[in-house]
Amino acid sequence: MDLLLSALRWIFDGSHWQAGSQSPLPIQDRLVEHLAYTAISVVIAALIALPLGFFIGHTGRGRQFVITFTGSMRALPTLGVLYFLLMVFGYWLSYDTAPIVGATIAFVILAIPSMLAGAYSGLESVDRGVIDAARANGMTEWQILTQVEIPLSLPLIIGGLRAATLQVIATVTIASYAGLGGLGRIITSGIGLNDYDLILGGALLVTFLALAVDALFALLQRVTATRGLSDHTSAASSRPQSVTTTAGA
Amino acid sequence: MNWTRNNLDLILEYTLNHARLAIIPIIVSFLLAIPLGWLANRNALSRSIVITTGSLLYTIPSLPLFVILPLVLPTRVLDDTNLVVALCIYGVAIMARSAADALASVDRSTVDASMAIGYSPVARFFRVELPLAGPVLLAGIRVVSVSTVALVSVGVIIGSENLGYFFANGRQRGILEEVVVGIVISLLLALVFDLVIVLLGKLLMPWNTGDTGTKATRRFLVRPTPTGTAV
Repeated sequence: MDLLLSALRWIFDGSHWQAGSQSPLPIQDRLVEHLAYTAISVVIAALIALPLGFFIGHTGRGRQFVITFTGSMRALPTLGVLYFLLMVFGYWLSYDTAPIVGATIAFVILAIPSMLAGAYSGLESVDRGVIDAARANGMTEWQILTQVEIPLSLPLIIGGLRAATLQVIATVTIASYAGLGGLGRIITSGIGLNDYDLILGGALLVTFLALAVDALFALLQRVTATRGLSDHTSAASSRPQSVTTTAGA
Repeated sequence: MNWTRNNLDLILEYTLNHARLAIIPIIVSFLLAIPLGWLANRNALSRSIVITTGSLLYTIPSLPLFVILPLVLPTRVLDDTNLVVALCIYGVAIMARSAADALASVDRSTVDASMAIGYSPVARFFRVELPLAGPVLLAGIRVVSVSTVALVSVGVIIGSENLGYFFANGRQRGILEEVVVGIVISLLLALVFDLVIVLLGKLLMPWNTGDTGTKATRRFLVRPTPTGTAV
């Protein structure tokens, strides 16, 4: 408890937020790095995973692929993937750019499965009757996708983004062990110096960040849920598993 | 393949250690999740407590959790117990929700029928509800197993001797082969665990011909839920 309080005091100590403090400080620089890595990777991953997930969810083609892919990606050890890519890019690129490119690609690879699964299972959860009705009303396939399927499945799509973002936040923490910036730098410096304030302060900062981002996404999921539909689908869905698992994951 | 040939003993030792570190959390999370799943289905309040606590715990990134635990537990920082406890926490967080869904998926009329023919509440739970929840429980524990095996390697940062060592050491010494061997063995280990769990499921639930879903969902590791791995 004393250590925990001391770590909290360390976080709220104004001098640790002062620009130009000794590495791994100031805290806000590491925080910004952490958020920047996360945002860039999540955006790149979304650009790849969401269109693919929409295509598979809308057409039903490649279902098998998503299931196999998301399942086996889960088995990949993140640390191994990260180090593998850092080393491979180390051969090709310069000393400065290799870690950034390698790590970003690793984050993107790790973020894709959750997003893909979210987009795909979101579209699949839309009531077939609704889609048939839209088609009967003369909507084009594109209109059905953008005006019916995506709006109705937004909470699940955002659920996928949420899981992916949290995973990237966690992975960026580990990446600092490989010499990248981010809040993990504070933890690894602490481990090196055997300084508990640094270790715990860093750990608490990452945890707060993850919880805050998670809460933000939870709010977004709530706001985007189609009114009147959310209670109905969770109670009557033929796939209670996929719906409930994603709702708060 | 030089590195592999020269280090077969070490590879074997760390693979076994990796497996040992992963087995405990998988079993513990399964055993703890069932009463939690039962509790979650009592009423709306207990459900929201179990589910919310689970997702909050699951949100904590692994490295911070590894280093915070020694403060809460009477362990030293570089102790495998921290790793195992952290993995148990993640496992329970995923599995409790899975168990709640599994028990909720049991057909009400079957439960009513068992009551009507005189099952006591305890017997009903163990002989009707639990077996019928089996397929969904199986799907849940497969997710836990796969992500636990993958996650053990992060423990190398807090000094655990498992396959993750090959990632750290391989990078330090610039031996790509070592990192690749670590990844491949980790994947194979996850696959072996999955096969064992599926086999156990077949033995314990001979009536279960597979998933409730289509042929496609039956054959593969896990169903596509966006629940990512906590890293």
